[in-house]
Amino acid sequence: MIDKKFKIANKNFKSRLIVGTGKYKSFNECAKAIKTSGADIVTVAVRRVNISDKNKARLMDYIDPKKITYLPNTAGCFTAEDAIRTLRLAREIGGWKLVKLEVLGDKKNLFPEMIETLRSTELLTKEGFKVMVYCNDDPLMAKRLENAGAVAIMPLAAPIGSGLGIQNRVNIKIIRRQTKLPLIIDAGIGQASDASIAMELGCDGVLINTAIAKAKNPIQMAEAMKFAVMSGRKSFLSGRINPNLFGSPSTTNKGII
Amino acid sequence: MKVKNKIKITVNGKQMQIIPRLSMRNLITKLKMPLNKIAIELNKKIIDKKRISKIQLKKGDKIEIVHFIGGG
Repeated sequence: MIDKKFKIANKNFKSRLIVGTGKYKSFNECAKAIKTSGADIVTVAVRRVNISDKNKARLMDYIDPKKITYLPNTAGCFTAEDAIRTLRLAREIGGWKLVKLEVLGDKKNLFPEMIETLRSTELLTKEGFKVMVYCNDDPLMAKRLENAGAVAIMPLAAPIGSGLGIQNRVNIKIIRRQTKLPLIIDAGIGQASDASIAMELGCDGVLINTAIAKAKNPIQMAEAMKFAVMSGRKSFLSGRINPNLFGSPSTTNKGII
Repeated sequence: MKVKNKIKITVNGKQMQIIPRLSMRNLITKLKMPLNKIAIELNKKIIDKKRISKIQLKKGDKIEIVHFIGGG
């Protein structure tokens, strides 16, 4: 079966794995992990330039935005105004319109503040941004984000950086049933099998940062995630057998001696 | 130029002294910032990078210069 293209806001992407660029030991390691992962979208954050250390290395020197799609995020924003300010600045750096919105509501669990998230989605969409939205795994909110103009729904699997894996498969499946928008699991992946499960639930993609960057061997984990996403996708498309409580022999009894 | 003629501005939360009417472009050049990798805010308003030569800095101006860093 030939897979349909992974398309976000009318743009095709090769890889269904999106990788974050935070928490690596060095830009070098980050660049290597991205290359190994095969990702063609990476998330990036907007922060102040260090004006006292002018020669400090920059992310853009290691990851070429002409070759890899930068997806600016709004990490650390707690209100719609903060998020909009951040993304306007991101757009000014180099014309990016495809963005990842994340408006947080709690510093400890990093859960999204969904009222502000919805408001930001509306405002940013009106300004011409293509907004991929980090959100709760709540089907009703996912619907409202879709109606507000989101270009991708990105529910969490578990809290950001927790590595707990998908906590609510039922909700993810319900969201999958109700939306034709790209559905991307964002946050909470811990290991390759979590990424496969996300894809087997019918998600269009997975966004991973900490699980790769903080693995003992990030480069190898990047490769594992690449295969896990491909494998999970293929498994989903192949149509799994129905689970059964009882056994069914793989070998026929016909001709038994 | 004597120090007393200088004016104070704030760049990324840090105070700086500059000569009066220094242009935004000259400030960026002085700070050695690569223009294609940054965005600039002047008093909370985003500046069109094509127009930075025309902007003269004033006493008390607050400037934010940002770039992309690693993030999830």
